[in-house]
Amino acid sequence: MKLVTAVIKPHKWEDVREALETFGVTGMTVSEVSGYGRQKGHTEVYRGAEYDIALVPKIRIEIVVEDDDAEDVVGIVVKTAQTGRIGDGKVWLSPVESVVRVRTGDRDAAAL
Amino acid sequence: MDGYYAFMLIATALVLMMTVPALALFYGGMSRSKSVLNMMMMSYIAAAIVGILYVAVGWSMGFGGEGTFFANPFELFWLDGVTTDAYIGVMFQMTFAIITCALISGAVEGRMKFAAWVTFVPIWALVVYFPLAHMVFSCTDDSLICGRIGAQDYAGGTAVHINAGVAALVLVLLLGKRVGWPRDKMRPHNLTLTMLGAGLLWFGWYGFNVGSIVFGGESEEADMAQFFSETGRTFANTTLATMAAILGWLVVERVLHKKATSLGAASGIVAGLVAITPAAGAVDIEGAVAIGAIAGAVCAWAVGLKFKAGFDDSLDVVGVHLVGGIVGTVLIGIFSTSDGAGGVDGLLYGGGVDSLVDQVLGVLVAVVYSGVLTAVIALAIKYTIGLRLAEEDEVGGIDLAAHGESAYDLHTGVGGSGNATSVLAPKTQKEGV
Repeated sequence: MKLVTAVIKPHKWEDVREALETFGVTGMTVSEVSGYGRQKGHTEVYRGAEYDIALVPKIRIEIVVEDDDAEDVVGIVVKTAQTGRIGDGKVWLSPVESVVRVRTGDRDAAAL
Repeated sequence: MDGYYAFMLIATALVLMMTVPALALFYGGMSRSKSVLNMMMMSYIAAAIVGILYVAVGWSMGFGGEGTFFANPFELFWLDGVTTDAYIGVMFQMTFAIITCALISGAVEGRMKFAAWVTFVPIWALVVYFPLAHMVFSCTDDSLICGRIGAQDYAGGTAVHINAGVAALVLVLLLGKRVGWPRDKMRPHNLTLTMLGAGLLWFGWYGFNVGSIVFGGESEEADMAQFFSETGRTFANTTLATMAAILGWLVVERVLHKKATSLGAASGIVAGLVAITPAAGAVDIEGAVAIGAIAGAVCAWAVGLKFKAGFDDSLDVVGVHLVGGIVGTVLIGIFSTSDGAGGVDGLLYGGGVDSLVDQVLGVLVAVVYSGVLTAVIALAIKYTIGLRLAEEDEVGGIDLAAHGESAYDLHTGVGGSGNATSVLAPKTQKEGV
């Protein structure tokens, strides 16, 4: 199994969720996060004082999937979250040793 | 004069609204989310304290008779001898005392002990505001600014705005900068509150300026005619100056910083209202537009001075009220017309420099009087109970430290308490503590 972690632009979140549901992803964990990449935040001006806002709000999606689905899920996130402009985010894959469903004790594929 | 009396009931309520809640909202939105409640409380508590003190001795010190600096505080103590049909005049002036004290609070955001503020406010009202109100508004022959110097100040450019602005500067210098300023510039936490507050201030300011009419008293007919013509003038001037100041501020901002901002518009409103306050009766509508535009532009530039000079006037009481008050008061000397309430021509209308000199002297008296006495009061508090909140309380937030409250609970997703952190945080808080 693999953990797909995606950090995307907040306004793209609904598109990504819809595409993933159509593909068959049944659940995910979503959090509002902030951070920066090469984009390095933005500047705001209040009464003439410039504020460098280093952190940009993003949505982080975490999905545990079976190995065979991992590349497809990554592809869907990249396709739907892409605007082509700076700040579109990142997606990364990491191995998962085991998953347990808390309600039943089911393990791994049965727990997804 | 039934119409005047009914109008004053409304005008007085409008000016009280300028402090509670308009100024509190204006300042609250610009403060940080961990100090917004304290910011608003400084206005609300000032209303409570100064209002009662005003009835006790404020009215008497201001309007109880002759005096260069103030009248006998005990002449009309607790309104002794004041008939109830004169109460609305007392209440109107009371609301001016309240907002002048409350204006200062914007400079000290997030770091002044609440106990120090509660101590500072009544002493400052007694020693600084009540006398300045006498010097400007009572206009007895021997009163310093109005009677002796003869400076025009329709509704409080000197007594209210310059006074509060100087006091704010002195207090900030003695209090010091917020922890982390100016590396962390501490941006406003909710500009929608600030926009709302600025709009309410504008609305309330019609009570402030238009209600400040003083009658000649020669005959009922003459007073009535004055009421009709002068309120039209002050209402129009107040409106047009404010509009011009919004534009003045935004143009300067757009040129200097590439953006026309909502905070700039809100600040322009206040800068224009401040500047037209002393001049509302003195100038015609061209003068009002000129004063507003100049004040908006100058204040938009002046709010940057604190970064160069290194004093943390957190919400720009100096840049807006001191600078805007000086601009409006001094420009009377240029734009005043003899058709206006003061009956004096300024430099532009062939009156020479006499009016300008009077106006500058009026400003100087207000600056020196307020500056010196505010310093004495603030130093006395600093070396007794202390002005400054403990650093850990400031960093954690004065709302929590001083009032035991948080302004916002936006985490509704987790737990019955509606507080996301509460399920994870250690349960140390006891009931009733």
